[in-house]
Amino acid sequence: MTTSTHPGGRASSEARGRSLDLGRLLLEGRAFLALLAVIVIFSFLSPNYFNVSNLLTMSSHVAVYALLAIGMLLVVLNGGIDLSVGSTLGLSGVFAGFLMKGVTLPFLGVTLFPSVWVVVVVCCLLGALIGLVNGTLVARFRVASFVATLGMLYVVRGVALLMTNGLTYNDLSGNPALGNTGFSWLGFNKILGVPIGVLVMIVVALVASVLLTRTVFGRWLYSSGGNERAAELSGVPVKRVKVWVYVISGVSSALAGLILSSELTSAGPTAGTSYELTAIAAVVIGGAALTGGRGNVRGTLLGAFVIGFLSDGLVIIGVSAYWQTVFTGAVIVLAVLLNSVQYSGRRRTAKPASPTPDPAPDTPTPAPAPTVEQDATSASPRR
Amino acid sequence: MTASPSTSPDVATPGGGDVVLSARGVVKTYGGTQALKGVDFDISRGTVTTLFGENGAGKSTLMKILSGVERPTSGQIVLDGQPVEFASTVDARDRGISIIHQELSLAPNLSIRDNIFMGRELRTPLGTVDFAEEARQAHQLLADLEEDIDPLTPVAELRLGQQQIVEIARSLSVNARILIMDEPTSALSASEVEVLFKVIHDLTARGVSIVYISHHLEEALQITDHAVVLRDGSITATALAVDIDLEWVVRRMVGANFDLGQPPEGSTRDNVALSVRGVSVADVRNPERSVVDDVSLDVRAGEIVCLYGLMGAGRTELLEAIAGRVPFTAGSVLLHGSDIAGLTIAQRIGQGLGLVPEDRQRDGLVQTMTVGSNMSLASITSFVKGLLVSGNREQELVDASIKAVHVKTAGGGAAIGSLSGGNQQKVVIGKILATSPEVILLDEPSRGIDVGAKGEVFRLLAERAQAGLAVVYSTSEVGECLSIAHRIVVMRRGRISAEFTADTTKEAIMAASGEAVAV
Repeated sequence: MTTSTHPGGRASSEARGRSLDLGRLLLEGRAFLALLAVIVIFSFLSPNYFNVSNLLTMSSHVAVYALLAIGMLLVVLNGGIDLSVGSTLGLSGVFAGFLMKGVTLPFLGVTLFPSVWVVVVVCCLLGALIGLVNGTLVARFRVASFVATLGMLYVVRGVALLMTNGLTYNDLSGNPALGNTGFSWLGFNKILGVPIGVLVMIVVALVASVLLTRTVFGRWLYSSGGNERAAELSGVPVKRVKVWVYVISGVSSALAGLILSSELTSAGPTAGTSYELTAIAAVVIGGAALTGGRGNVRGTLLGAFVIGFLSDGLVIIGVSAYWQTVFTGAVIVLAVLLNSVQYSGRRRTAKPASPTPDPAPDTPTPAPAPTVEQDATSASPRR
Repeated sequence: MTASPSTSPDVATPGGGDVVLSARGVVKTYGGTQALKGVDFDISRGTVTTLFGENGAGKSTLMKILSGVERPTSGQIVLDGQPVEFASTVDARDRGISIIHQELSLAPNLSIRDNIFMGRELRTPLGTVDFAEEARQAHQLLADLEEDIDPLTPVAELRLGQQQIVEIARSLSVNARILIMDEPTSALSASEVEVLFKVIHDLTARGVSIVYISHHLEEALQITDHAVVLRDGSITATALAVDIDLEWVVRRMVGANFDLGQPPEGSTRDNVALSVRGVSVADVRNPERSVVDDVSLDVRAGEIVCLYGLMGAGRTELLEAIAGRVPFTAGSVLLHGSDIAGLTIAQRIGQGLGLVPEDRQRDGLVQTMTVGSNMSLASITSFVKGLLVSGNREQELVDASIKAVHVKTAGGGAAIGSLSGGNQQKVVIGKILATSPEVILLDEPSRGIDVGAKGEVFRLLAERAQAGLAVVYSTSEVGECLSIAHRIVVMRRGRISAEFTADTTKEAIMAASGEAVAV
C-alpha cells in the first residue's frame, strides 16, 4: 500500500503517487472496487472465469486496450484527446503484415524480407510519425485536438484500407529460410507463464508511470494540462510537451497494433475500429479529468482491466453481444457520473480565494482597457 | 492599541434610515472553523453600507448568507421585520436581494437584452420569446442607468465598466431593493468608477440599498454611508462614513496600527540589471496601434521601480513583452547588457528574469497541482538527477520557499485552492524567487489581497532588493508606489509620461497618469 512517510514533505507526493489524500483514494478506489466487483460477480456466474489461465487470457486482451489507454492518458492529461489511436493500431498491424510479406524494390529487382525486430521498430516509427502529425497540427497550428485527430482517424484508416485493398494479411509467421520468423512471439509466447503482451503492457505502464511522476517531463505535462498559461510563464515548453504526448500516444498505439496482429497472426485494415473510444473510456474510468491535469497510470490500467474483464466475462457467461455493448456503456456512464460528482465536490472545497476578474479569458493578452476619457484632450506632463 | 471590539466606543448603531435587511447573531461554521461568530449586521433603505475586512475575515460568507447562497448555522435573517429563510439565490432574488459577483456572470456571446432576461425570458401568448418587449425594457433600464447602448449589442463588445452596468441592469430588472456588490471596481478605469458611483447614487436615491465590498479602501470611503468592519468573523466596528477616515478603517481591519513601510535604504547598486530601450508593443486586436509606445527604462540591481498607471496604460503589455510572453515590434531589452530578443520565456527565466503575472488564477497557478508543485514548477529543471526529479531536493526547496515567502499552509502537499488569495500570490512570487532571479517583474501583485498580505509582500521585496534583486512593481494604487519604490515611473497610453523619486506626492503621480484629481 502506498503511504506518505513524511507529513510535511508531500510536495510532489501527488506527482509521485504516494499520497494518502482521501479524495485520491476514493478516485482510485472506485476503479479498483469496480474491478473487484466484476471479478467476484463473474466468478459466481461462471466456474470458468476465475482461474489463472482465463485471467491471463483476459489480461492479454486487456494489454491491447491498456497500451492505447496509457498513450491516451498522456494526451488527456495535456487537455487534449487522440481519436486516431484505433486507426493507428490498424495501420501498424497492416504495415507489419506488408513488411513481413516482403518489400519489393522494382528498380533494384529485389524483394526485402526485414527481420521481425526491424518490423517492430519501423511500425513504432510509423506510429510516432502519425503522432507527430497530430501533435504538430494541435500545438503549432492550434487545430482543436478533437478535430485534428478525428481527421487523422479517417486518413490513417483509409491508408490501411488502401494498402491492402480492404483485404487482410494472413499467416504472418514468416519463413525460416528468409529469417523473418518470430512475429507470433509477441502474441503467443510466454515468459514464466505470462503472455508477452501482458509483459509489454507492464513495462510500458511502469515506464509511463515513472515518466509522469518522477521526471521533469511529467511535471511539465501535469502543469501544462492544468493551466497552460501559467505553465508557459513558468518556463515550461508547452508546445514541445504537447507534440510529444501525441508522439508517445502514436507509438503505444503502434505497439498495441503489433501485439494484436501477432495474437491473431493476421493483420486486417479494420482492426481496432472504435478502440479509441474504449481507450478514452478506460482513462475516464481510471479517474482522469478530460479537462486535463488530473489522472494517473494506475487508474488508467484499472480502467482498462474493468472494461476488458467485463466484456470477456459477458462473453464467457454467454450474454449476447448486443447486451455487452449496453453493459459496457452503462459502466462508462457511471464512471463519468462519479467523476463529475467527485470533481465538483473538489471545486467546492478548493475554491480560489480571490480571483481577479477576467473579462475575456480567450484573448491571448489582456485587452487594453479604454484609457481615460475625461481628459482625452489634455497633454501629458512630459514627452 | 485598539480597545477590545465589544466594548469599543466605535460600535454605534448607524442612525436614521429604516432597516430593510438584517442579520441577527449569525454563526456559520465550516467543519471545525467558525467563519462567522455571531454577526449582527443591518442594511438601511437607500444607503450604501460598506463591509471592510481582510481576506478571510468573513465578508464573502456573510454576503453569501444574505443572498441565499448559503444558510447560516445559527442565527436569523430578518427582511422587513420578518424572519426569513432563503431556499436559494433565486428565492432571495425574488424577494429583492441581488448580488453582483466579482467575476461577472454574463454570457459574452449573447446581447445585452438576452443577458438581462437570461433564465426568465418574457413570453408572447404563443409561447415564443417576446424579443420586442425585452428590448424595450432593456432599453429603458439602460436609459435609467444613463448608459446609451443598443440592447442588441453583444456583451463581448462592451467595455468592462459597461458590462458591470449590464449586470446592474439585470439586477434592477427583477426589482432588486438590495444590491450586493463584491469588488465592483477592481477592473474599472477611473472614469468607469466615476460612472459606477453616479449609478450608485441614483440607485440609493431611488431607495435601493447597496452593500459594497472593496479592497480599494479610499474609493469605498468616498461612496459609502455606513462603514462596518469585520475581523475574524466578528464585527469589530461600525460607524458613519463621515465620522471616520482611512486610518480608522485600516486600524480596525488589521487590529493594530499598520504601516506598509518605506522603500529600503541604501540598497541600489550602480550596475544596470535591466535596460529597456525604445520598446513598442502592438495591440493584438488592432496591429496598427501600439499599446506600448517607445518606452525606455533602466532598472539597477537592488532598485525597486514602481510602474504606475491606470488600467490600459500599457503596463501589463510592457511587462509581458519583457518577460517574453508577447513580441515587441520595436526596441530592445538588455539583461545585464546582453540582448534577450529571441529568447524563450524559459531561457529568460534561466538568465534571471521572471514575471509574476497580473491574473494569478489565469496565469500564475496550476489549480490541479499542490502548493509544492506550483512552487517548484519554474525551477524544476535545477533538481534533476540523471533523468529523474530528485524528490528530496525538491522538498528542501519547497519547504525553504514556503518559509521564505511566509505562505500559511498545511504543507507543500496542500491543494493550492485551499490557500487564501494573499497566500496564493505569495506562492506565485515564491515560484519565481526560487529560480534565483536577478530581475523580477510583478504585475499588480497586490490585487485582491488583504492589507496584511500586502505588507508581507512589500517586506519580502524590500529584503530581496537589499540583497541585490532588481524589482519592477506595477500597480494602480498610488499609495503603494510611495511606500515601496525608490523610483516611480508613470505610464499613460503606452508611454512613460513622468518619472518621480520617492519623495513625490500622490497628487503629482496621479496627475501624470491622467487620473482626475479633486483638489
